[in-house]
Amino acid sequence: MAKDVAVIGVGQSHFVRGYEGSIRELAFEAFREAMQDAGITQKQVDASIFCSAPEYDKQRSPAGVLAEYLGLIPQPTFYVETVCSSSSTGVKIGYGLIKSGLHDVIVVLGFQKMSEITSAESQERMGRGADIQWEAPFGTMMPAYYALYAQAYMAKNGLTHDDLMNVRVKAATYGQINERAVYRKGVKPEDFDPKNPEAKLAAPVALPLRVGDCCANADGSSCIILASKKKVKELGIKKPVYILGLGAASEAVNMAARPDCAQGIKVAKVAADVAYKMAGAGPQDIDVAEVHDCFTIAEIMAYEALGFAPVGEGKQLIREKATYREGKIPVNVDGGLLSKGHPIGATGGSQIRTIVLQLRGEAGPMQVKDPEIGLVHNIGGVGLYGNVTIFGR
Amino acid sequence: MGFEKFGRKSFTAMTKTAKFVDFLAEGKINGTVCKKCGTKYFPPRADCANCFSNEMDWFEMPKKGRLETFTTAMYAPFGFEADPPYTMGVVDFGNGLKLFARLAKDIKPEDVKVGMDVTVRTLKYDDGQLSFEIAKA
Repeated sequence: MAKDVAVIGVGQSHFVRGYEGSIRELAFEAFREAMQDAGITQKQVDASIFCSAPEYDKQRSPAGVLAEYLGLIPQPTFYVETVCSSSSTGVKIGYGLIKSGLHDVIVVLGFQKMSEITSAESQERMGRGADIQWEAPFGTMMPAYYALYAQAYMAKNGLTHDDLMNVRVKAATYGQINERAVYRKGVKPEDFDPKNPEAKLAAPVALPLRVGDCCANADGSSCIILASKKKVKELGIKKPVYILGLGAASEAVNMAARPDCAQGIKVAKVAADVAYKMAGAGPQDIDVAEVHDCFTIAEIMAYEALGFAPVGEGKQLIREKATYREGKIPVNVDGGLLSKGHPIGATGGSQIRTIVLQLRGEAGPMQVKDPEIGLVHNIGGVGLYGNVTIFGR
Repeated sequence: MGFEKFGRKSFTAMTKTAKFVDFLAEGKINGTVCKKCGTKYFPPRADCANCFSNEMDWFEMPKKGRLETFTTAMYAPFGFEADPPYTMGVVDFGNGLKLFARLAKDIKPEDVKVGMDVTVRTLKYDDGQLSFEIAKA
């Protein structure tokens, strides 16, 4: 496996509901942390890539505006979007620009201020997040799409409501110890009990998914600084974390053109296969993983797409607690999207930050024992875009 | 123009496949089939991604299929607030063709099962919007 491009700095803002500041100030929070982490100045950055879902931004073409605020002019900058996986895509493009020799140091900044627009406006945009010509006219929304997968898994793969609940219980176990997460409370089975009048998480959203099966909108930013091997040496970076494998894939937007929902999300499997091949690694080599748990069902499907469990058997990993920190394959030990919240454009960068900190041994109370290889699974839309990135020391 | 008549609420006014709505008015749910290579598409397409032809014919979708999966929405996006709860699902016709739609209101939620036999039919809303839905076989 080639070690040509490294992550030399990571940063993330607190993920919050209703950030009290502009998108420039929000972006600066993650940027400052990543730059101080890398120990570099703006003069040492060759280019910047900004990643978000544009429908939430009031600012048109935010890249130039944010680059100026971060002190990254006159270097080139541009914007990329693959909805929820925008910052993984940004990292992939950054990798390509460095590997080609065009640049040596690149800032990839993901951000989203979902509260930039009203919740009614946000709800409308969410409804249009899929096929607006042929599906949105039926009144679709994100939880309903993932619920289609969950229903198929229950009918054909023996998945239960309790399995889904236990994904949330695990997420909350780590959300409680992640000070950057929006949801810091613990979750117990009684919080999902429909007979318990206090159980807010039990309220149905799109059956079989309940409130507790869904991650929350949030405002946040993340920043990943990439550098060439040459620069890692020149800058004297002590703990570089290298990108070992990158995989990405796309899929039909319309559910009518997809494989049976009981097979899971295809883009994740395709992207994982590409990333494993490039890294010369397999599922058995992964010591810690971050997966895109926008809904509880999404984490179960991720176990299967990544090869941690056979198709249809992802439920076993949560039943056996194999994805807890002490388990066979720790997954989302930072609380995942379910606890951290999901500021669309910032999510991939936040996942990458977690894995980089884990591989450096700097994940604090969330630290997994001595991991060498980590993986990030980041999905855009309802399986419209799939990204899998593998990292190593 | 014409496609704004499709569905509970349409977000698309213009498409070369707008005739789909005229067929709905005739009680037909139609897909497109490429005149050159015979590839069938549902939802309909104006262009064939297989052979690049833009010469398409219309064909009527099968009526009988199996419910691959479904969900019941208890909340709705902006513009659909009056509708919940409503159930949406995917029908597999078994010949490579599938369809996504709402389930008819006359199917009781407890009767909906993955794998059940279903049929599809057109419907007209009170406000004149045209659509199609999944019904009991």
